Amino acid sequence: MLQDYLIPETVEQALSHLQGGKGRARVVAGGTDLLLDLANGKKEAGVLVDLTRIPGLQEITLEDDLIRLGAAVTHNQVAKSKLIQEKASVLARAARSVGSLQIRNTATVVGNVVNAQPAADAAVALVALGAVAEVVSPSGKEYIPVEKLYAGVGKSVLDSTSQIVTRIQFPALLKNQGSAYERLEQRKALALPMLNVAVVVSLADNRFQWARIVMAPVGPGPVRATEAEAILTGADVSLGNIENAAAAARAQANPRSSALRGSREYRLEVLPVLVRRALEAAVVRAGGNC
Amino acid sequence: MSSKILTFTLNGETIRVVVEPSDMLADVLRDKLNLIGVKKGCGQGECGACTVIMNGDAVTSCIIPALKAEGAVVETIEGIGGPGKYHPLQESFMDLGAIQCGFCTPGMIMSAKALLDKNEQPTREEIREAISGNICRCTGYVKIEKAVSTAAEKIREGK
Repeated sequence: MLQDYLIPETVEQALSHLQGGKGRARVVAGGTDLLLDLANGKKEAGVLVDLTRIPGLQEITLEDDLIRLGAAVTHNQVAKSKLIQEKASVLARAARSVGSLQIRNTATVVGNVVNAQPAADAAVALVALGAVAEVVSPSGKEYIPVEKLYAGVGKSVLDSTSQIVTRIQFPALLKNQGSAYERLEQRKALALPMLNVAVVVSLADNRFQWARIVMAPVGPGPVRATEAEAILTGADVSLGNIENAAAAARAQANPRSSALRGSREYRLEVLPVLVRRALEAAVVRAGGNC
Repeated sequence: MSSKILTFTLNGETIRVVVEPSDMLADVLRDKLNLIGVKKGCGQGECGACTVIMNGDAVTSCIIPALKAEGAVVETIEGIGGPGKYHPLQESFMDLGAIQCGFCTPGMIMSAKALLDKNEQPTREEIREAISGNICRCTGYVKIEKAVSTAAEKIREGK
């Protein structure tokens, strides 16, 4: 049973509430995952510390080509943001695919990352964008890549009873860079992903400078298809190279059969198709031809 | 003693109500404020029956902690109109047969109202996105979509 629900006005106040709770107080933002976990006993808390009214955390900003999202920024804010649609479209599409409009109005993108589900759509897109989390705790401020935040299925390396992610930041995409998001789902709304793929590519002279290909749920956290990325690095933009990359991505994926996500066999068949589609779309957005 | 006083604007009036930190907004609206038009279908934020408008956005009140509504502006179905002066959405839902068992209806209308309050000329896709978080087991959604676009027309004409 919750003994208290606190709404601090600054990050310092929030940290002090957490410290005062001695492990029994935890951070909440939108709460769309956390409240359910508390109700069914998967997580425990005596006190919730709500971050969403702290000034500055509700903003999406662009400064020096770096986009920053505050901890209170909702999925709907991100999905509708012109800035994100233009300079990080993979994240806008990923955010748009979560839950329902009501959930997207409440649930935060930072919360999606901290909740550490393997195929959390916004998190998968953020890994493809090379995003970094700004983490604040009594010992100070540190920056941790979103990709490194996963300790296991549904487990974050972060401790929400003592650490607060205040912002997540990533470089805005440049003119020669493009991104794309693909999702296999049972319905167009209120459906978890059976598979999702987020891709960011950087091109020069119709060659790949680099590519980031992230896929889920095919492992405990979002999985970088590093062999596929290596195939593309420095390679010509061509359908052949993209097909090879898609096949390599499949080889690195390890989905498990489940009633929730679908069978391993079916998803291994579909995954390279999603990777190929995402690469093609990202290439087009980066101004390339394939 | 963990109870707190929650103060917020509800259907245009300032309300003060005693709540527990573990109370969800839907339960406070239904059990403490008698607004039983707010329906509970799943209790998990996945069916939309409990949808209310909070600070202009449609949200599933069954997973919103009541204390999160401190200082917020909340609208429920009871506040948008009633016998003698129905909201255009209430009228068109009734006139077009967009209601069968009625359980999804309050949440469905609130999702639609949140859309129309911001967008008087929604496209079909925009209407569908607005109600995509509201599940209806009876109607098949066709008449619901029509009722929303008809209400939008009425609202535009009324201006």
